[in-house]
Amino acid sequence: MAEINSLLGGFAVALTWFNLMLMFAGIVLGVIIGVLPGLGGANGVAILLPLTFTLAQQPGGATSAIILLSCIYWGALFGGAITSVLFNIPGEPWSVATTFDGYPLAQQGRAGNALAAAFTSSFVGALIAVVMITFLSPLVAKFALRFGPPEFFSVYLLTFCAFVGMSKGAPMKTVAAMMMGFAMAAVGIDIVTGQLRLTFGFTELLKGFDFLIAVIGLFGIGEILLTIEEGLVFKGASAKLNMRVVLETWKELPRYWKTSLRSSAVGCLMGIVPGGATPASFMSYGVAKRMSPNGQKFGTGQVEGVVAPETAAHAAGTSALLPMLTLGVPGSPTAAVLLGGLMIWGLQPGPLLFVEKADFVWGLIASMYLGNIVGLIVVLTCVPLFASILRVPFSIIAPVILVICAIGAFTVHTSLFDVWLMLVFGVMGYVFKKLDYPLAPLVLALVLGDRAEDSFRQSMLLSQGDLRIFFRNELVGFVTTLSLILLFWPLISRGLDILRGRNGERPSPKE
Amino acid sequence: MQDGQQDRAVGSFRVWEALVAILFIIFGSIVVFDSRRLGASWGSDGPQAGYFPFYIGVVIIIASAFNLYGAFSRAEYARKAFVYRGQLKMVLTVMVPSIAYVALINNPVYSLGIYEASIVFIAFFMRVLGKYGWAKIVAVSVGVMTAFFLMFEVWFKVPLPKGPIEALLGFR
Repeated sequence: MAEINSLLGGFAVALTWFNLMLMFAGIVLGVIIGVLPGLGGANGVAILLPLTFTLAQQPGGATSAIILLSCIYWGALFGGAITSVLFNIPGEPWSVATTFDGYPLAQQGRAGNALAAAFTSSFVGALIAVVMITFLSPLVAKFALRFGPPEFFSVYLLTFCAFVGMSKGAPMKTVAAMMMGFAMAAVGIDIVTGQLRLTFGFTELLKGFDFLIAVIGLFGIGEILLTIEEGLVFKGASAKLNMRVVLETWKELPRYWKTSLRSSAVGCLMGIVPGGATPASFMSYGVAKRMSPNGQKFGTGQVEGVVAPETAAHAAGTSALLPMLTLGVPGSPTAAVLLGGLMIWGLQPGPLLFVEKADFVWGLIASMYLGNIVGLIVVLTCVPLFASILRVPFSIIAPVILVICAIGAFTVHTSLFDVWLMLVFGVMGYVFKKLDYPLAPLVLALVLGDRAEDSFRQSMLLSQGDLRIFFRNELVGFVTTLSLILLFWPLISRGLDILRGRNGERPSPKE
Repeated sequence: MQDGQQDRAVGSFRVWEALVAILFIIFGSIVVFDSRRLGASWGSDGPQAGYFPFYIGVVIIIASAFNLYGAFSRAEYARKAFVYRGQLKMVLTVMVPSIAYVALINNPVYSLGIYEASIVFIAFFMRVLGKYGWAKIVAVSVGVMTAFFLMFEVWFKVPLPKGPIEALLGFR
């Protein structure tokens, strides 16, 4: 088993005192970021990314840097559960389903059980996904080594069509937001012809829009504006989590092993597809509700109702890194930011990474195992501490978060123009969120825009402008066809509904 | 949202949906216009610089036209409030000081640098929204920014815009 050997090598890279310290720091920072309103996985990592520039320059530093950043991501995933259970505020979209049973449990005074179940099942979901990454990613990478420009473009196409096909809201809004991201990615100097695109004489626009600024503005400032609009009172259940409650919950959890396995499978499958974590958590909640013997009681405070969405969300959040590492196509905004980090550190994401930077890749994969173990220990022991952060009055927290966002935006290129841009993106994020324009496709298009365009241009050069190149063999033809099906899925599903005799109106999404 | 029933709404969903869709169409038109300028067809050596963005712009316009139609075809959008006046006031109490804050960091008249501007910004929030006493305000704002200073300038060595106090202390 070559993978086991590589993995052991990875543990040797990841297991140094320095890296363990970074893991611990990353998890703690990540949980704080996940708990705070306005800071989430994506913009938290974006803000802290500039801090790793010097770290990544040292020998072996890139591995330490990615360990720090990915641990912030795990921490943020854990942190989302804390706010969902205790405060009924989902920190991330995929913890919405956790509030359905988590908050009722907290109101019944069983917050400890809910949290212990949430953390443990997050851990299980992540672990299963990491095992999958360990064994599947070398295969995918080896396979992808044979990819040419048309194959890569079809994978990008699949990524973006998946957003349209899987989005809950209006598909045309997804398309509009996504294309806006592509257009913004095109701003600046065109790397092929050297011409200036969409700059209109502004020198600030020469380098284009950095997606890190967009992430900090859209998710950070936008989220703060939305939070403050709702009034500023957090009413939270108190959190007491002692060893007795944890052990008691652990005794109960094996009963739900079927739900765990099902949710992990749902999470792993959906996580590979972009934007999959949120639908995965809802889907696995729904499946568990239907399949479980006490599914009727879901929503009134069932531990199983916490296990299902949390397992799936973490499995999906973790497996979102699989396409990022092997193909260079991130599955979520946070994975996109990590991918941006790799590029800034001078690593080229994609199948070659497994060949050229095996140390780095396996160090990262090994750190996923270790980071989740560290994470579980940290959150189980420190919940009251983290929950107390939310009791800091908003009039202190809000300006501090805004200052952090401003510093984060500034440090990306040491440019004050970017801070202004961040405010503009903030207003945009606020309005888009209110009108249900999805932000994730916009950010992903901004990140992948240049590379998607490159692979499209190269394909067009190969075929002299003939679009049939995207059907030139079984592989690329299959992926392209799948993309087109997903792209037109909103129309197809409506057509199917009409055929089945139902009316074409879709039920309005539950708020 | 529940306590805002008596509050006046600032624009319905329909108005805002339409406004955003129109802005999208304008944005798409700019993209198409600039791509045409660069050349959106097939040059002597392959696709020209405007080739890809041209189609992006076209798709933006088409999708936004659908969204514009959607804004008017749904009856409930006319009744649903986009934002209540009280809510908008809260949003502006964050946005306006934020703009002033960024202006304070660096401007042609007197730049405070990021640290002093942040101290003023945090103090403003604590005073106006939180109604704290000055002793607490100074402790929190100066304490937080000192911690940030140590973290960025000393530990991670990431230089941020500095103001008069740092100049006095000899940091450049």
